[in-house]
Amino acid sequence: MADSPPGLVIDDLARRYGRRWAVARISFQVAPGVACQVTGPNGSGKSTLLRCIATALRPHHGAARLDGKDIWAWRRTMRRDIAFLSHDSRLYEDLSAKDNLQSWARLGGYSANVDALIERVGLDPKRDDPVRMFSAGMRRRLALSIALMKQPKLLLLDEPFAALDPQGRALVIDVIREICATNAVVLMATHHPEEAAAACDQHVRLESGRQVVA
Amino acid sequence: MDGLFTLIVSYLRQLARQSVHVYRKDMLVEWRSPSRFLGVLFFAFALIFMVAFASNTTDVMRRQAGGSIWIGLLLASTRSLDQSFAAEMEHGALEGQVLWPVAPPAIFFGKAFANASILFVVGLVLTPFALALFDVTPRGSLLELGAFLFFGSTALAAPGTLLTAITSQARGSSVLLPLLMFPLVVPILMAAAKGTSLVLLPDVMDQSTAWLVALIVFNVIHWPLSALLFGPVVEGGTH
Repeated sequence: MADSPPGLVIDDLARRYGRRWAVARISFQVAPGVACQVTGPNGSGKSTLLRCIATALRPHHGAARLDGKDIWAWRRTMRRDIAFLSHDSRLYEDLSAKDNLQSWARLGGYSANVDALIERVGLDPKRDDPVRMFSAGMRRRLALSIALMKQPKLLLLDEPFAALDPQGRALVIDVIREICATNAVVLMATHHPEEAAAACDQHVRLESGRQVVA
Repeated sequence: MDGLFTLIVSYLRQLARQSVHVYRKDMLVEWRSPSRFLGVLFFAFALIFMVAFASNTTDVMRRQAGGSIWIGLLLASTRSLDQSFAAEMEHGALEGQVLWPVAPPAIFFGKAFANASILFVVGLVLTPFALALFDVTPRGSLLELGAFLFFGSTALAAPGTLLTAITSQARGSSVLLPLLMFPLVVPILMAAAKGTSLVLLPDVMDQSTAWLVALIVFNVIHWPLSALLFGPVVEGGTH
């Protein structure tokens, strides 16, 4: 563990559903301050890989390490520094954007400036509207602001461009650059490699759960 | 030894703080969508009405009052519990809380106490209505009646919250929940119904206190046990 380099290290990681290996023996490293995109067709294991790293799933083999620490073994403390933008928005429909952010901030004990976060993702005029009135793109922006609240050391983005307009996509690129500037690691699963290349220095490709290019 | 004590106190403090925030969030969700609370309340009202109309004589009605209140609350609790987790499952908020730096017992305590509060308020609104409908004047103290409603609600909410966490991840959760919950809460329901009846009717052998103690004992068993089991239940999907 002491020999593990800083940043994110994926070491022979595998995860199966029943008998089928969704992710099979993946290994790569992402240095601090670097963004890496994970691409591949549907069902190639991108989301499973991200969910294993986010501790939403336990790897059945291998490990993911952040700054030398096994993420799964240290998940209770590591979750404070890992932000995960998943397909689910994690939002409460009946609460306003501001209420949602405040609830998550209080729950995690984060002293985030909620108004600034809402403004950062361009939802300032809608801060008091209930989330049930939001479009899919607006929900995505709000979910991104919840992830940013953590000021993470590792930001995991699963299809961050989904449902976003061109301004929203530019926002995601900006956010990735900002996060990388804090020496954090960004790992993004995407179907838009050309767009992601604007912010990502590294590329991992998966096919049928196996790593093709690293 | 001092270090261990400090560590435990610090953990308990954090647990209490997080539980309060989960509770606050749940109550805010309820406040912003009162239709859910009203739905549960009218469901309980409808049940009480049906029991009252099915009764032959006023004397039978009076003796059924305590039990009817708790049948109404029990069935309403399944609706309430199911809906409280529906809001969590709709956009993966429960998984979000598991992946957030929050201790799973804090999620349990916050949610269970929110569910107990809703049930208690439903009980408070329902009881005067039931007393009027069943033509009963309480013989015991109203404070004791309130204690039965409170401890009965908390005793139903603790195992109910745990079981809803289990069933909410399965298909047909609204069918599964009563199947799992009703056998487990029969002793609670008996203690609450019998105790409430003894407060409403003449308690010649002064037994109501014993039933209240029994309800408190159920709470002492169910709350810590359910809190301990809640973590593996909500994190079970990760394995």
